[in-house]
Amino acid sequence: MDFPYLSLIIFLPIAGAILIAFIPDLSQRMVRWIAAVFTSVPLLLALIMFVSFDRSSAAVGVMQFEEKVSWIATINANYHLGVDGLNLPLVLLMAFLGLMVVLISWKIDLRVREYFAWLLLLEASILGVFCALDLLLFFLFWEIEVIPMYFLISIWGSGRKEYSAIKYVIFTLFGSAMMLTGILSLYFTTGSLSMLDIAGAGIGSFRAVIPVAAMFFFLLGGFAVKLPVFPLHTWLPDAHTDAPTAVSVVLAGALLKMGGYGMIRICLGIFPEVALRFASLLAIFAVFTVLYGAAVTLRQTDLKRLIAYSSISHMGYVFLGIFALTQVSLTGATLQMFSHGVITGLLFAVAGLVMHNTEERNLSKLGGLARQMPVVAIIFSVGGLGALGLPSTSGFAAEFLVFLGSFTSTMVVGIKVLTILAVLGVVLTAGYILWLVQRVFYGPVLEEFNWVSDADILEKVYAGCFIAVIMLVGIYPAILTDVIKLGVLPMVGG
Amino acid sequence: MHLGLILPELTLLVFAIAVILVDLVTQKKEVLVWVSLFGIVISAGFTLGMWGWGSYAIFNNQMAVDSFAIFFKLLFLGIAALVILASVDYTAKFANFRGEYHALVLLAALGMMLMAATTSLISIYIAIELTSISLYILVGLLKDAKSTEASLKYLLLGAVASAVMLYGMALVFGFTGEVGLGEIARVVQGMSLATLLASPAFMVGIVLMIAGFGFKMAAIPFHMWVPDVYEGAPTPITAYLSVASKAAGFALVLRVFYSAFGFPDWLSLNWGIIFAVLSAIGMTVGNVAAIPQTNIKRMLGYSSVAQAGYLLVGVATVGLSAAADVVGRSSVLFFLASYALTNMGAFIAIIAISDKLKSDQISDYSGMGKRAPLLALGLTLCLISLIGMPPAAGFMAKFYIFSGAVQHGLLWLVIIAVINSVISAYYYLRVVKVMWLGEPASAEKVPSSGALKLALALSCFGVLLLGILPGIVMRLAEIAAKMFGF
Repeated sequence: MDFPYLSLIIFLPIAGAILIAFIPDLSQRMVRWIAAVFTSVPLLLALIMFVSFDRSSAAVGVMQFEEKVSWIATINANYHLGVDGLNLPLVLLMAFLGLMVVLISWKIDLRVREYFAWLLLLEASILGVFCALDLLLFFLFWEIEVIPMYFLISIWGSGRKEYSAIKYVIFTLFGSAMMLTGILSLYFTTGSLSMLDIAGAGIGSFRAVIPVAAMFFFLLGGFAVKLPVFPLHTWLPDAHTDAPTAVSVVLAGALLKMGGYGMIRICLGIFPEVALRFASLLAIFAVFTVLYGAAVTLRQTDLKRLIAYSSISHMGYVFLGIFALTQVSLTGATLQMFSHGVITGLLFAVAGLVMHNTEERNLSKLGGLARQMPVVAIIFSVGGLGALGLPSTSGFAAEFLVFLGSFTSTMVVGIKVLTILAVLGVVLTAGYILWLVQRVFYGPVLEEFNWVSDADILEKVYAGCFIAVIMLVGIYPAILTDVIKLGVLPMVGG
Repeated sequence: MHLGLILPELTLLVFAIAVILVDLVTQKKEVLVWVSLFGIVISAGFTLGMWGWGSYAIFNNQMAVDSFAIFFKLLFLGIAALVILASVDYTAKFANFRGEYHALVLLAALGMMLMAATTSLISIYIAIELTSISLYILVGLLKDAKSTEASLKYLLLGAVASAVMLYGMALVFGFTGEVGLGEIARVVQGMSLATLLASPAFMVGIVLMIAGFGFKMAAIPFHMWVPDVYEGAPTPITAYLSVASKAAGFALVLRVFYSAFGFPDWLSLNWGIIFAVLSAIGMTVGNVAAIPQTNIKRMLGYSSVAQAGYLLVGVATVGLSAAADVVGRSSVLFFLASYALTNMGAFIAIIAISDKLKSDQISDYSGMGKRAPLLALGLTLCLISLIGMPPAAGFMAKFYIFSGAVQHGLLWLVIIAVINSVISAYYYLRVVKVMWLGEPASAEKVPSSGALKLALALSCFGVLLLGILPGIVMRLAEIAAKMFGF
């Protein structure tokens, strides 16, 4: 067996969490360092995988770094991990954010041990979701993620944190109940839990226990809660608003992508015909999510809530790209997931910084901060420009590919009109982002913020990392699209 | 004579008597714990030794020794050991009756072991009564108003249930002329459909037997005793009732309905549907009734009614599947093992916490995450398992039992069960929320004894093991379900 990269990437954070939780008398300093070490090694491993990933055309649709061990023989479940072009960028994204959020949380001083233990467990579960190729294993990791999120929001959050945490849990459980029903019916139909085997054999070759379209919608429902798609999005603004900064970063950066990833890998990979049949309808939902999300964003007065709603709008592009069903649009959707993860991660990190330093989050009370915190203003502007899709940022490359791919799609009825409508979202995005930057950082300088300090060295370091990734992908998107293409091709080819 | 094959039962009987005798001569009552545990270990050793020997019908077809029975015997012995460990401190509340307490716990375990092995209506009744009478006394041991009330309620309702069941057995006997399960099956199979339909008495007999067993399983609508008895009984006995007594009920139902009424198919289809309906009502009523509870023991009482509902999904599957198909039976066995560990763990944590707080109110658990982090963590894990969330055992158990049900056309029931699981998350998570987010009433830590910690650690380890690596136990459950003699 080859070197178990994926297992190590998943289990190192878990090992870190166990160490932090159970070693007696750890100092807070030690806890932070353990967390940093046990997240930077997975990042390193993910980078090694990314570099050594086979990009040749022979690797189309082939799983790499595969690990497969029999897990529960009775129900034919395997411990099966692997990455192709589709999930490798997401694994890389989560590993990157994993280290970043440890740095972002460096100043947390409430119940430090518990905090970092939960954070590492959260990272591990999300990585597990992205790597798992067995439906049961996928579901296992998917569910584990809820527990740390609940505690992280409800203990270290702010405002109506308990309400938001329980709302998150209830929505997620509702979604996963649907997803479980879908997985179960898929399992009873095919007798297999392997995503690859089922996709390879084709769902049409089995006698389905419930209509195939119902299975598709059960699974899609579970993923749509997470992405989120209108009208299943209402948990997201609350969870984001009340979550601690680092959790918002993970939530927007990686957790939402579990939904998008699941849609491509499972809904599209296993049910291509059903996806095609309902693509127009789903694309309408996508456009609605884009426009509704953007319109609501314009009305927000709370810094974090505003970014949260902008996430909904951006995830609408992902949804559109997925159900435009072309190679380009799917590549764009995957790239958009990566890009949004980094950009919104940065925005939340900086927003958290602004809130922490000024102790104010209401936009009508903020203003003129560019004078008091110039570095933060620059960082936030770069993130904002990425979010509105300025060329040379990753946001541009991703949204451009989504629109190009969707507009040229020939299989989905009415997609051209819908794409044009979705492009309107970009205008709205430019509106709310520029208005946001103006309201926070420009305008008359307010005396009461004169004492506010700018970003310190640690914050500059992690913000620099985020910006470097945004620019790198923006200027040379092929670094990711070459990989993503390999994973997407079999989806639209088959 | 087949005395060698009932060595586990004999051992337990000998040690139960030994406990009473030792109690007479010693002042150091801790010895009783060791004697009881020692008896359980020896009995478990004998039981384990019989695994894989094959199936035997002994004492003129009164009892079977097969891997199905052995699986349950090991389960009951394990539960009894955890109960005894968990009551080391608790028995101080009835210091004068420690000897009786331990002896009765062993005798109840003996009764349940027999319940899993008996194969004739007469021996079934005797095994049930041995278990029940031991438990009636144990429930009342606290001798305060609530405990006495609980004991009396349990006794009266239990007696009614026994009477109903006996009436059902009498009807079945009258119809078939046999008491052995195997013989009953042969008579029923030899009859034509018209003969069976012409005699409603036989069907009434089966339904009355379901009622009697339903009382033991704490299944709807025979659950009325559950909340009061659970609340009033000494907490270790509540745990014992909710886990072992329920498992014994299911062992009986599986054996009786599979062995005696498994053929012909239309018959098993009929009782399968009855169980499916009971299951749907049971989980819904149990979960909805658990929501407003403020006493944690009462809440877990209703929760156990709901869990019985999930288990009945598996029993219904047995009714609807072909006899050779083990998935229904083995999923019930796996669910029982997982549920036993989970509920024992939850009750052990409650014993440890409530004993110090002198209260079973959920609101008093506020801030327990700070006052007793390990106990709170253990209880949280068990509650998560009861919801059926990974990575705890409850998830795998539900997955297994629901997957069997869907394969046999019970999709509607599984949908109800999944919705119920979501509802149940509300009241289970409320306890979790109170423990971790509530403000502690005082900064004082809640200490617990080594025996309790050991018992809790064992249960939680089991819950995680069955949740993450369920393969081994599933395999055992499959073997146990396959080697199902009569």
